[in-house]
Amino acid sequence: MKDNLMKNINPETKWQDLTPGGNIYASGNSAEFKTGDWRTVTPKFIEEKCKQCLLCVPVCPDCAIPVVDGKRLDFDLDHCKGCGICAKVCPFDAIEFVKEGE
Amino acid sequence: MKKLTEIRWHGRGGQGAKTASLLLADVAFSTGMYIQGFPEYGPERMGAPITAYNRLSDEPLRVHSNIYEPDFVAVVDETLLESVDVTAGLKPEGAIIINTKKDPKELLPLLKGYKGKIYTIDAAKVSLECIGKNIPNTPMLAAVVHASKVMDEKLFLENMRASFKHKFATKPEVVEGNMKALSMALEEVKVYEG
Amino acid sequence: MAINERLSGNEAVSFAIKQINPDVVAAYPITPSTEIPQFISQYIANGEMTTVYVPVESEHSSMSACIGSEAAGARSMTATSSCGLAYMFEMLYIAASNRLPITMAVVNRALSGPININNDHSDSMGARDAGWLQIYAENAQEAYDNFIQCVRIGEHKDVKLPVMACQDGFITSHAVERLELIETDKVKAFVGEYKPEKYLLNPDEILAVGPYDTPQYYMEHKKAQTEAMKNARKAIKEIAKEFEAMTGRKYDMLEEYRMDDAEYAVIIIGSSAGAGKEAVDELRNAGVKAGLIKVRVFRPFPDEELVAALKKVKGVAIMDKTDSFSAAGGPLGAEVKAAIYGKVDGITAANYIYGLGGRDVRVEHIKQVFEEIAELVKTGKAPETYKYLAIRE
Repeated sequence: MKDNLMKNINPETKWQDLTPGGNIYASGNSAEFKTGDWRTVTPKFIEEKCKQCLLCVPVCPDCAIPVVDGKRLDFDLDHCKGCGICAKVCPFDAIEFVKEGE
Repeated sequence: MKKLTEIRWHGRGGQGAKTASLLLADVAFSTGMYIQGFPEYGPERMGAPITAYNRLSDEPLRVHSNIYEPDFVAVVDETLLESVDVTAGLKPEGAIIINTKKDPKELLPLLKGYKGKIYTIDAAKVSLECIGKNIPNTPMLAAVVHASKVMDEKLFLENMRASFKHKFATKPEVVEGNMKALSMALEEVKVYEG
Repeated sequence: MAINERLSGNEAVSFAIKQINPDVVAAYPITPSTEIPQFISQYIANGEMTTVYVPVESEHSSMSACIGSEAAGARSMTATSSCGLAYMFEMLYIAASNRLPITMAVVNRALSGPININNDHSDSMGARDAGWLQIYAENAQEAYDNFIQCVRIGEHKDVKLPVMACQDGFITSHAVERLELIETDKVKAFVGEYKPEKYLLNPDEILAVGPYDTPQYYMEHKKAQTEAMKNARKAIKEIAKEFEAMTGRKYDMLEEYRMDDAEYAVIIIGSSAGAGKEAVDELRNAGVKAGLIKVRVFRPFPDEELVAALKKVKGVAIMDKTDSFSAAGGPLGAEVKAAIYGKVDGITAANYIYGLGGRDVRVEHIKQVFEEIAELVKTGKAPETYKYLAIRE
């Protein structure tokens, strides 16, 4: 049970069922914490302008630019906070930001 | 033997009054007694007057306060007689033991009307003669045991030999000198019956 | 066969640590903190212990190192005193909230100023709400016995909290006394091996210790911590029973001395209990029904035991070896009064501040306290909220 405890813990969990001191029995689990709703502007990936130089990937603080087989895909909007760093580093204007909901 | 013997030591920082109280506690322990040996702590400066204490008893000890009405007072440095009220609270049926070349009677004027027994020992002479250094602790310890009768003197010497052998394990040549100092002090201690 | 020895309180605790041979001791040797880290490092240098000694640059670091090593799965210990404990303050809370059963020898000394190095309880009482268990010793024997029990209590599966094993600075820490030691194999068997459920150096399980805790969870974690402290009461009693079976020496949350038919009682912590017992005996010989309660465990607080012990008492004096500067008394006074409120009828409770900064506590002082509470009971006068004992004024 303990191995799955992280997944079971939520704001309804009783004190008896929490781990001692809030310790976390898992790793690499920040993906489970969605930060996409912090965003006020949304990135647009303009694929035709992209040369796959991948400069945008390492600067993303939220690992929100997935890479598969050496090529970047569209943004992971569950985690992108809309900081805009990727657009700043892109030499080819392949990333644009638009207001949320537009 | 009396149920509880309380001893107060007066010395100067660096002279070993604390060590003497710990040595006495040690040897009393090895004869099967309950013991306390403790100094009064404060700013630790060479030469400053310091006080140390012993409680020795056949029964467990529980009071941890300083000793205000000692059965015996040991003065490791006679120059303290001028500046410290060494006989304060000393029981009249007890005794004071002083490290000095002088005869006990000569010290009377310094003891603020104290009427009990006075023992003196020239600890410097004894230790210089037997150990080759001025270490007043060892002769004073013997003089205190002699005056207080807290333990049999033969038993005291036997236990001290064992304790010196342990303490000086790396330099066994000094054991005999220290033992000689104890025996000599037991003989040389002078008493004024008051 | 138990071993008769003559040791100072510091030597006794150091010897217990040597016998336990923990995985890690991380300490900073402030002077004149405690000789304990010095003795431990000598034992290690002489090859008498296999403990890893971590010398650090401050007490904040010694506690941090203990937190790290305990979380890693190592039985960790340290020792400190006075301002050293104060310097650990931040990390004390981390150790407790991370549920790390570190055992710490505390040699109680005053917190300056005015600058003072002597005994009182202002250091550990200042850390009373840090979430550590606190167990206080009257003499070198208890300092030794308590330390060994503290390891088991903190590591108990229903507790998992750090423990301070306290003794009075200089009065017991530097006084040589006769005591009985336990054979090393028995001590080792008693404390057993430290087997934490989860620890960082376990290659088979993933663990992150000490994450940020949001308001949605923080109170639940504190609730779990306070429940662990409640559980400690049972663990303390169980382990004391086991210890008694091994040594014949009895321990509990409190020690009651001649309390059976006592009309007047003194509640006290630490080495001055000895002078208190002597005062009780002298008063009993004079026909006064006096008794004494020594609080051995201050955290968790022995509220139920105090209520039971005070049921028939007419007047009680609660002795604090620190002032909380609440202008309403000391911490023991406040907590005893809170514990008995509505549960003990018609008792006169007076609170005294005594023995600060090494002020000697004599049998006569405790007798004076008994006289004063007897007088209050007789006249029906209300006691002062609190008062300083034997103060020049």
